[in-house]
Amino acid sequence: MDAKIFDMPCADIAWCPGCGNFLILKSLKDALTELDIKPENLVMVSGVGSASKTPHYIRANVFDGLHGRILPPACAIKAVNPELTVVAVGGDGDMYGEGGNHLIHAIRRNSNITNIVHNNMLYCLTRKQASPSSSYGLITPVQTHGVTEEPFNPVAIAISAGATFVARAFCTDTEKTKEIIKKAILHKGYSLVDVLMPCVTFEVNSYKWFKENSYYLEQTDKVFSREEAFKKAIEIEKLPLGIFYIQEGKATFEENQTAYKDNKTPLVFREISRGKMINDLLHSYT
Amino acid sequence: MTSKNMKDKGVSVVFAGEAGQGIDTITLLISKIYKKCGYNVCLTKEYMSRIRGGINSSEIRISKDRVNAYTDTIDFLFALIPEAIEYLKKRITKETLIFKVEPSERYKNTYAAGMLFGLTAISSDIPEQMLRVFLEEKGEQVINKNLETFKKGYEKGRELSEEKAVKINIDASEEVKNEMFMNGTEAIALGCVAGGCNFISSYPMSPATGVFIELVKASDRFDIITEQAEDEISSMNMNIGAWYAGARAIVTTSGGGFDLMTEALSLAGIIESPMVIHIGQRPGPATGLPTKTEQGDLELALYAGHGEFPRIIYAPGSLEECYELAKAAFINADKYQMPVFLLSDQYLLERSYNIPVINVSEEKINQNIIKTEKDYKRYQFTDNGLSPRGIPGYGDGLVCVDSDEHDEDGHLTEDCDLRVKMIHKRRKKLDLALQNSIMPEFIGNPDYKILLLGWGSAKNSIIEALRLCKRNDLAFLHFKQVFPLPPETKKLLTKAKKLVAIENNTNGQLARLIRTEFCINIDKNILKYDGLPFSADKLAKEIGEL
Ligand SMILES: Cc1ncc(C[n+]2csc(CCOP(=O)(O)OP(=O)(O)O)c2C)c(N)n1
Repeated sequence: MDAKIFDMPCADIAWCPGCGNFLILKSLKDALTELDIKPENLVMVSGVGSASKTPHYIRANVFDGLHGRILPPACAIKAVNPELTVVAVGGDGDMYGEGGNHLIHAIRRNSNITNIVHNNMLYCLTRKQASPSSSYGLITPVQTHGVTEEPFNPVAIAISAGATFVARAFCTDTEKTKEIIKKAILHKGYSLVDVLMPCVTFEVNSYKWFKENSYYLEQTDKVFSREEAFKKAIEIEKLPLGIFYIQEGKATFEENQTAYKDNKTPLVFREISRGKMINDLLHSYT
Repeated sequence: MTSKNMKDKGVSVVFAGEAGQGIDTITLLISKIYKKCGYNVCLTKEYMSRIRGGINSSEIRISKDRVNAYTDTIDFLFALIPEAIEYLKKRITKETLIFKVEPSERYKNTYAAGMLFGLTAISSDIPEQMLRVFLEEKGEQVINKNLETFKKGYEKGRELSEEKAVKINIDASEEVKNEMFMNGTEAIALGCVAGGCNFISSYPMSPATGVFIELVKASDRFDIITEQAEDEISSMNMNIGAWYAGARAIVTTSGGGFDLMTEALSLAGIIESPMVIHIGQRPGPATGLPTKTEQGDLELALYAGHGEFPRIIYAPGSLEECYELAKAAFINADKYQMPVFLLSDQYLLERSYNIPVINVSEEKINQNIIKTEKDYKRYQFTDNGLSPRGIPGYGDGLVCVDSDEHDEDGHLTEDCDLRVKMIHKRRKKLDLALQNSIMPEFIGNPDYKILLLGWGSAKNSIIEALRLCKRNDLAFLHFKQVFPLPPETKKLLTKAKKLVAIENNTNGQLARLIRTEFCINIDKNILKYDGLPFSADKLAKEIGEL
């Protein structure tokens, strides 16, 4: 398969030149290509923000919903038709601010979906306000004396909430990011890929800053235990990159539904013919 | 108390006590037993928001004619705690017979049930048999203790009947024995099943949780995906995602929960997603009276969500309508690609009575979903505003929906001309829905002078009041589709000398809507907003004085 299959030649792209979103888009398209996923079987779910425009720049089915409310519809879509590949993308404001509660509960639900967060540590589309992952002290037109809270740590939160796949990537390293995304899509269960990226327009962080303040976890076959993964997750001097944690074999939301106990046909493709059974049910009230 | 009036009017029995005394359980069982014996029965619950203590009361009406509304009158009161008498003083008259259940009785509810069957001279066979079946899982010891208590109560009831010369001989009917006995919650859930519901994500909130529970019960047999979401915001967004992927989803909640769903309602509006929303109304604002009843959220359903987009609002008033309109909600949400509301309330959801078995057709559900072609456009412009709805993974096309204003492909646009076309497209769907409106039901003398107007749960109380007040210059128009208001109704309204809206709310919300839509003023509002439903007998007095 050729990555061009995902291109949208006529799209009117709203991202700034040099934005990390382009790199993440490339990694995602390459990952999908290598996994041989057909655009018709892919659903891109997003919210509102610069990052959330991603689905419009990739040939796929699109559910571009509300700011922060990405994960509930993504889980539902997967449950109704488990044959679809569901990728939910959003910004850090989308996922960690407005949608913070959904994040925790989507992790607990463990639907087989992939969640990519374009983490630029800032609200960009609304023109530079702090996000939950902004650095301490960041000055913006709203946080005029600097951010006073410690940044939200999505990787640590995800691991502690029981996520079955947790990774952090850096947008510049498209090859490595692609590999992480591939593993995330192949993973059965909820997977979080937090992708670090600077904002070149509002000049918050820079490619150079990220390079100097991150390092890759050793890529061995050994998987971290949850405790080891958590220890790595709370390192903030230099941000570790790569896959922190994988738990295989945990039942997904879809698998736990009685509708899929004995029948694997996606719910959506089952005929709904209920007359006789309803009659029986009605007579149980006599 | 004479035996004669019992025979005609039937009898109204109230059990009152504190939460935890099993009033709910016993009154339901008693009602089912009377129905099995061939009596028409209506059971109305009224309770406080607590698990133990407080005072709850349940009214059982037993009659030879159909009964399906609440009345204030109490013929027999079984007080399981002494405080219940003071609590119900407004409903107690000189005619009311009060029975205090001795504090020494362990199973007070069972004892009182025994007394009632003794008083009403029902042979103890069926009650004892049904009590035994009901308690089956509790083990032989509990069954025997209860049966013993029941027999004691029964004897007492027989004695009292002699002593007080209470003779109750209501005629039973063979037909009633085989009718269904259910409540609004069950009827709505059945209607959802009949409408092809196969997805529900909700968050618990009284009085709407019951529909969720019933659908979960049905999920094994009918392939329904169920999820208790983390909050109402999530549940509404999940359900919309489910429709997008091809399921038929509903959310069930009350006003406060629905408040949290309004942004997603607006999402359903712009992406033209079908959606079914059941609001079991209760008195607000905020937490209000969690277990009481009110018709206070018509305007909420009508105006909820930012921006302008079409919607349909149904308000069932009877068990049959609960079933029919819940079914219609799914069919029409799918057909017109818009949100459809079902407005019920505690009175409708938690009141049980008997109705003839509903006839169900065998036909399979026709889903308005197409297999997409390569060049599929989700929002293709058409004459009537409806674009064929595709779903992801079915056909060669791509299905794109967007909360931003979008082009025919479903991709976001900031083109103002396109925006206007999209507004017109969405608006046209309402015209279509209007053409296929569910008409209001007219009851009474076609040569009326005064026309009573009502919607939703007030229906049965109004109909009985109309019958009781015996005035032939009155008629009643019951709105099942509250929005859009069918234009044909205008004729009926203008024909009346006087229009009287009867609503379980403070502002007369239907009256206001009629004024807005038809420029017709309502002459008088009969409103009730104390958390209790309209009682047929009290309402009869009020409309009798019009
Ligand atoms: C309910 C709601 N609140 C606020 C907004 C305005 N809004 C749009 S995007 C956004 C935040 C964007 O930040 P982020 O999610 O990090 O995405 P980015 O633009 O940085 O990629 C906000 C607050 C909205 N669309 N909806």
